[in-house]
Amino acid sequence: MSLFLIAALPFIGAVFPALLIRAGRNAASFSAGLTTLLAFVGLMINAPAVLRGETIHARLDWLPGLGLNANFFLDGLGLLFATLILGIGLLIILYARFYLSREDPMGQFYSYLLLFQGAMVGIVLSDNILLLLVFWELTSLSSFLLIGYWKHLPEGRQGARMALAVTGSGGLAMIGGMLILGNIVGSYDLTVILQNKELIQASPLYLPALILILLGCFTKSAQFPFHFWLPHAMAAPTPVSAYLHSATMVKAGLFLMARMWPVLSGTPEWFYIVATTGLVTMVVGAVIALFKDDLKALLAFSTVSHLGLITMLLGFGTKVAAVAAVFHIINHATFKAALFMSAGIVDHEAHTRDIKRLGGLRHLMPITFTIALIASLSMAGIPPLNGFLSKEMMLEAAFHTTWAGSHWVIPGLAVLAALFSAAYSFRFIVHVFLGPKRHDYPTHPHDPGAGMWIGPALLVVLVVMIGLFSSPVAGPMVSTAAQAVIGGELPYFKLKLWHGLTPALYMSIGAVAGGAILLMLHARLEAIWNALPRPEAKTIFDAIIGAATRLANSVTDALHNGSMTRYGAIFVVFVAALSSYAYATGTLGDPTRAVQAAGPLHLVAWACLVAATLGILALHHQRILALVLIGVVGLVVSLGFNYLSAPDLALTQISVEVVTIILMLLALNFMPKETPRESSGGRKLRDAVIAIVGGTGVGALIYALMTRDFLFPTISEFHLANSYKGGGGTNVVNVILVDFRGFDTFGEIIVLGIAAIVIYALTETILNSRVRARLLNRQPDMPQAGDAHPLMMVVATRVMMPIALMVGAYIFFRGHNLPGGGFIAGLVAAIALIMQYMASGFAWATERQRFYYHGIIGAGVLVAAATGIGAWFNDKPFLTSAFGYVHPPYLNEFELATAALFDLGVFLAVVGAVLLALESLARFAWQPGMSTEHAMDINPARDDAPETVNIENVKEV
Amino acid sequence: MEILVASAIGILTAAGIYLVLRQRTFPVILGISLLSYAVNVFLFASGRLATGMPAILNKYEDVAYTDPLPQALVLTAIVISFGMTAVVVMIALGAFLSSRTDKVDMTEEGDEA
Repeated sequence: MSLFLIAALPFIGAVFPALLIRAGRNAASFSAGLTTLLAFVGLMINAPAVLRGETIHARLDWLPGLGLNANFFLDGLGLLFATLILGIGLLIILYARFYLSREDPMGQFYSYLLLFQGAMVGIVLSDNILLLLVFWELTSLSSFLLIGYWKHLPEGRQGARMALAVTGSGGLAMIGGMLILGNIVGSYDLTVILQNKELIQASPLYLPALILILLGCFTKSAQFPFHFWLPHAMAAPTPVSAYLHSATMVKAGLFLMARMWPVLSGTPEWFYIVATTGLVTMVVGAVIALFKDDLKALLAFSTVSHLGLITMLLGFGTKVAAVAAVFHIINHATFKAALFMSAGIVDHEAHTRDIKRLGGLRHLMPITFTIALIASLSMAGIPPLNGFLSKEMMLEAAFHTTWAGSHWVIPGLAVLAALFSAAYSFRFIVHVFLGPKRHDYPTHPHDPGAGMWIGPALLVVLVVMIGLFSSPVAGPMVSTAAQAVIGGELPYFKLKLWHGLTPALYMSIGAVAGGAILLMLHARLEAIWNALPRPEAKTIFDAIIGAATRLANSVTDALHNGSMTRYGAIFVVFVAALSSYAYATGTLGDPTRAVQAAGPLHLVAWACLVAATLGILALHHQRILALVLIGVVGLVVSLGFNYLSAPDLALTQISVEVVTIILMLLALNFMPKETPRESSGGRKLRDAVIAIVGGTGVGALIYALMTRDFLFPTISEFHLANSYKGGGGTNVVNVILVDFRGFDTFGEIIVLGIAAIVIYALTETILNSRVRARLLNRQPDMPQAGDAHPLMMVVATRVMMPIALMVGAYIFFRGHNLPGGGFIAGLVAAIALIMQYMASGFAWATERQRFYYHGIIGAGVLVAAATGIGAWFNDKPFLTSAFGYVHPPYLNEFELATAALFDLGVFLAVVGAVLLALESLARFAWQPGMSTEHAMDINPARDDAPETVNIENVKEV
Repeated sequence: MEILVASAIGILTAAGIYLVLRQRTFPVILGISLLSYAVNVFLFASGRLATGMPAILNKYEDVAYTDPLPQALVLTAIVISFGMTAVVVMIALGAFLSSRTDKVDMTEEGDEA
């Protein structure tokens, strides 16, 4: 199966549980399991080739300009991790089906889980470090969703936030490190990077890159001092803990260290940073784990300790240690996932996971006891289980490693960690399952159904099998994975139980014996431990986060004090300063174009515009007057467009003018009709100065532009030359809109539609709030016309409607060759309909409305899209137009162009958007008693009493 | 004629900026409208002014045409600015109806800024 498909399957599968949950929880879990199984099978199909030593590649250029390619590869290491992720994923999906209760939204759970799974598979299969980073961040995000799955629990939310903050910031550091690395090598492809060890290690940027990448790895893999998030993440449901915090997410950091091992390791920096961090983490985690009473906390700190162990092995930088690391990754995943699941079973059945309240469960839960016993003995490092094998290898490697000249530091601390590890493993068994049966469990515990124990049972079978038959069972996998880590010849190693009387064996015996003694002394040690002062990680973390939040808030509050006018002023001043700087430092050539003479008519138009603008300034406190004046400005602008060879613009401007003014009048109906005079003189002066500077600058700029020729030949020549030949239309502006730049227009009608729907949504929200009551009881603040829907106006608009629509149709059809087109026709048609609303009333018009305006907008966009897609069927790019001419008998030559169909889409979208916007605003005016079946209040043809009386009553109450 | 168009753009811009800096929503909307005019005419004028040469191709004789590209851009800009104005008007109306004030600034101390 293609690697693309394997990486994509979990993401595709993530959709189904969310949808199928309506069909029941079994359907949701089954769909999740099936996609995972498919991906797993796909992986297994590729496994034989990888085990033979081949590397499978799948490459796809995504953004080659950025070096970001969707390249995947599958080698031994990737295979190992992908097997763990998908294999344990399957068991977790099964387990979670029975673990989650009826109240938990299971569809969500599986969707998040598969999202996470996909991100993990993506990490381990990526052959491009940028792609890897994308998946890396995705694991942080999806694990946030999973840890905080129980949204009602504060611990869950806090734990999720902490995990996201720690792993997320580590991820940010890693982005920096990866970019440096890619820069050193000159490629972001992992396979290329892995072949450039000398280049990378010789670079002066090696250390910064190393530290940044390791920050990402350490935070993800919960290494000291970032280990604190992992125990808090235990607030997640147990399947999540078992999956993320034993087998997958926390191993991502290890995976990356293993992946980068060939190029980053082998230096003293690597050794001291990685091995020391691992060593400290291993010891600290093991010691704390012994004193945790919460089963999951115990396991969490034990995980921290084991992750430290693997980190330390990778840090040693020797090939044998790397093999041991790989082997322990497998072993830890098997026994720890089994342990988490058994802890979950105990919690699920006994309703507590407090060790102090448990004990004697052996009698009540024999199956769970067997599973937990085998798994924890493996964790303690007891032969013949798999944990013993890899711990022996670790101790062996530790025994041969010196730290800063000392032969004792690493072996000594390793034995200490192993000792504590044995102790807490024993405690997990002795204090939970052994001892006498108690009578004060919160509920009566018993073994769960097979669905819950079959997953961990399979894992402990693996634990035993790998322990007993290590070479045949795990040998090939370990060899290929280790080979991928080392990137060269494998050292001699043998996976077997008995290596003879080696130092490691004595160390191991000492550790197990010491662990048993520690457990016996547990009660006394605990008293000492509790008396010791310990820094609480969460308090420190909360303090840091609190300080950062306060800092961010103070900066934000200082910059954004809520004064919009101040932002506006700063913006204008800043732009003005920037342009003055550009003007002062740049050069401006002499004018090259002759100025065109201005006649008296031009002067009159100019004077109208200027007078209207100044009038608005002077009279803007009287809002309705200002609207009238702005209409004058719009008219002069339209005339100007028409005079200056832009008939299309003139038509558009004048029709937009109409709808804009209606829109503003509608809004003004509900707003104060006058603006209070509240600005101080100084403020007015300040604003005037800013405005004059801005206006002068803009005016001077366009004057300079207009009096000079283009520096380069414009692309307009192309449009003029090809408009008829290529687009089949003589109106170049329209051909540009529907053909050359059709994609732009397509985007624009979508934007227009979105704007209208935003208006609709805002209206809905406001009308559903407490504002509605106020609107219903609103008293008009100005005298109302006695006759709201005068007869003359109703009749006139009725007569005009077909004519107006005819004009719209005419403008639409001639658009391709003469001024007109979909935009203008749409506006004209919209105005024709608005006239009906205005004359006959909103209620009357709405009753006669056949189609919802949302639908019209949607239809417009779809028609335009369908026209564009139609080009694909002729093997042309999106929106390539085609045209031809027909000669119907008795008629002139007539053009048929797909562009006209596209223009129809534009037309519909414009009609829908304009009407939806105005209709929404008009809905604010609705009051009870306004509906009337008659269009006209006073109609001589009618015999019954006029409705006006009714309305006036309402108004006067 | 260029000076007339340029000064008109300048005046529209100045009036627009002044009104945008007012403290109530309605003058701000008026200001945005004036700025829209100014920007649209500015873009249009960047294609240089021409009279009597609309970009309607003449099939029969060779004539000069004005630059059609800015016109096409401005045409959509006009329609989009209608959409934008409508949204702004709606927001202003909603804010006024919900909070019973049409002040633009969110805080009292902002008035003095």
